[in-house]
Amino acid sequence: MMTDRHGDTGDLSANAQQTLRCIARQMIPASAEYGVPGADDPIIFTDILQSIDRDRALLQEALDIVDAMAGGSLVELPEAGQVKRLMEFRTARPDLAAAIEAAVARCYYRDDRVMASIGMEARPPFPIGYKVKEGDWSMLDPVRARGKIYRDTGLMEESS
Amino acid sequence: MWKNAMNEPVDVLIIGAGASGAAVAWSLAETRMRILCLEQGGWVKSSELPSTGRDWEARTMEDFAISPNRRGLAADYPVNDDDSPIKIANFNGVGGGTIFYAAHFPRLHPSDFCVRSLDGVADDWPIDYQTLEPFYALNDRMMGVSSLAGDPAYPPKDSLMRPIPLGRTGEVLGAAMNGLGWHWWPSDAAIVTQEYEGRAPCINLGQCGSGCAQGAKGSTDVTYWPEAIRSRIELRTRCRVSRIETNEEGMATGAFYFDADGREQFQSAEIVIMACNGIGTPRILLNSASERFPDGLANSSGLVGKNLMLHPYAQVRGHFDEPLDGYRGSPICTWSMEFYETDPSRDFVRGYSFQFSRGLGPVRTAINGMADGLLPWGDGHHAAFRRLFNHSAGMVSVCEDLPEETNRVTLDPDLKDADGIPAAKIHYRLSENSRRMLDHSIARGKDILKAAGARDITSRAPLPYAGWHLMGTARMGKDPERSVVNEWGRSHDVKNLFIVDGSVFVTSGGVNPTSTIQAVALYVADQIKKRIHNLFD
Repeated sequence: MMTDRHGDTGDLSANAQQTLRCIARQMIPASAEYGVPGADDPIIFTDILQSIDRDRALLQEALDIVDAMAGGSLVELPEAGQVKRLMEFRTARPDLAAAIEAAVARCYYRDDRVMASIGMEARPPFPIGYKVKEGDWSMLDPVRARGKIYRDTGLMEESS
Repeated sequence: MWKNAMNEPVDVLIIGAGASGAAVAWSLAETRMRILCLEQGGWVKSSELPSTGRDWEARTMEDFAISPNRRGLAADYPVNDDDSPIKIANFNGVGGGTIFYAAHFPRLHPSDFCVRSLDGVADDWPIDYQTLEPFYALNDRMMGVSSLAGDPAYPPKDSLMRPIPLGRTGEVLGAAMNGLGWHWWPSDAAIVTQEYEGRAPCINLGQCGSGCAQGAKGSTDVTYWPEAIRSRIELRTRCRVSRIETNEEGMATGAFYFDADGREQFQSAEIVIMACNGIGTPRILLNSASERFPDGLANSSGLVGKNLMLHPYAQVRGHFDEPLDGYRGSPICTWSMEFYETDPSRDFVRGYSFQFSRGLGPVRTAINGMADGLLPWGDGHHAAFRRLFNHSAGMVSVCEDLPEETNRVTLDPDLKDADGIPAAKIHYRLSENSRRMLDHSIARGKDILKAAGARDITSRAPLPYAGWHLMGTARMGKDPERSVVNEWGRSHDVKNLFIVDGSVFVTSGGVNPTSTIQAVALYVADQIKKRIHNLFD
C-alpha cells in the first residue's frame, strides 16, 4: 500500500457488525437469477469489515442510529420491520446511509463472482488495458464547416 | 557534516514539484545555476497505483482519494474547507495535481485575458494569449499532448499525435451535438496515443484520475522531472516548507522546512520560486509573516489569499439503451465551447465549457445509482444495476469563476498539520452569476442528453468534491496595489521571490487550468533567464 497513515484501528462493535451485515443483505440480496451472492456473503462481508478503516467511526454512528430506530436491534425485527426501519433511516439520514452504501458497494462490486455476472474480467485494468473504438472523425465535418467560433479580442493579432 | 552539505546555499529554490514547479525547474536548468526543489511528498510508484489492483475503485476513495482530508497521509496537510460548498482536491507528491488530473488539457481562450475590456467584469491579465502561445506549444511538446488540429474554438495550434479515441460515447454525444448545431471537438489531452519520448501509448485503463500506471498520461513525474534531474536539478522529497525568511533589505534569504524526520532545517537561496498551488502558496506566504511583513510575505496589497477561484462544476448524466464505453478509456473524451463566451441574451456574464465523459466503474455506478435513486435496495437492485452499468455517459460544465475578494484562503487559528504548521482555511461562496451559469449548463446538458436519447437523467450542482482548480490567490498585475506579482511573476514587494502556480491567475476562464499554469511557469522562467543580469532591479 501507499504510505503511512495513522487511522482508527478499533473494530466495529459486535452489535454493529451484526447490524451492518443485515443492512448489507437488505441492500444487495443474493440472486439466483443473476447467479450472484448477497453483500452479506461471508467472503464479501469479511472484505467489508477489513476495508472500513477511514469510515469506522462514521459507520459505528450510523449503525447505532439504525439500531436505536429499530428499538434496540435491527436484526431482532422481522423482515418487513427491517425494511421499514431502513427506509426510515435512509430518509432521515441520507448522509449516513450513503456512507454505508459506499462501504458495501466498494467490496461487493469487486468480488470475482459479481464481476463475472456483470460481464467483467476478474482482473485489474493494468497491464492489459481495454479496447475503445477509435470513432468516426468525419462526424466533425459539420463543426469544421461552421467555422471559427472563438471571440476576437480586438487587442491582438491572431495568427492565421 | 552531511546535514551542512545538504543545505549549502543554492541559486534557486523552488517550492513544490507539481505542474508548475517541474516546468520552471526544467526551463531554468539550462542556466546551470544550482537549483533545488523541495517537495513535501514523495515519488509515486506506478506499481502501487490503483489500476494495478483488483480493488482499483476502492483505492480511489482511500489512499488515492482526491481530498487531502480523506487521505490524511504523511505527505498531506489538512485544509479546513467546511466553509465552502466546493471541497478542496489535490495531491501532494512529485507531480502534484498532475498525478490525479484527468489530463484534459484545454488552453485559455484569447478572450480570457481581457474580460474587463470585453465584458466589464473582473480584471484584464497583464499578458495575453499571444504572449503565452509559444509556451503553450512548448508545454504541449513536453507533456505529450494528443489532439485533433482545426478546432474552430481556438486559434490554430499544432497537433503532435492523434487524439484519444472518441469511442461509442463520443460518437453518440457528438451526433446529438451535431443535431443541435452546437460546437464539440475531441479534447486536447496530455495522454500519449503513440510511443513518445520513452512513454508507452495509452491502453485505455480508464484510471487517469488516480494516476496512470502505463505512464501514458503526462504527469510531471514522467515528463519534466526526468529531464530536469538529468540536467542536475536536485529534487528533495519529504520536505515541507513552513515559511520564507527575509533579510533587512526585504529580500528572501531562503526557506525553513521540516525534513522527513520532522527536523526543522533552513535552506538558503538567492531566488525563491513558489509553486505550491492556489492554496499552498498563500498558506506559506501568510505563515511567513514577520516584523518586516506583518500581514504575510509579499502582501502589501492585502491580496494574498484573496480572489480564490475554484471553477464551480455542474454534472449531468444520463443512461442509454445501447452499451457505451463504460469504465474503459480516458474518462473525458470530447469538449464543447458552445457556451464559452458572454452572450448578452443570457442572465450571466462569461461562460463555461462542457467536458463530455464516458461511464463509471461498477462501484461508482452503484454508489451514484443509489444516491440518485436509480438503484434500489433489495430485490430490484440487480436488474436496475444492469440497466445503468456500461450504459451511462454525460458531462460536467466547468464554469468561469469570477474573482471576489471575499472568496479567500486564510490561516486556520486551530488546525495544524503534522509539523505544527497552521493549516489553510477556505472561505468560499457561489456568486449569483455562478449559480445562473450552473443552471444554464444543467438545462443545456439535459438538452444534449435528451437529443442523444438518454433516459434517467440526473444532475448535481455545484459538484461538491470538485475543488481541483485553485486559482487567483496571488494575482498577477502591473499595479502593486491591485496585485501580488508583476507581469512576469516577480513579487512586487520581494524582488527575488517569484510565483508560478495557479495563484497568479487574474481570472479563471471556463476550462481546466493546468495547461495555462504550466505555460505561465515556462513564461516566467523565460523572463528570469532574459532578465538574469538585472533581475532584482
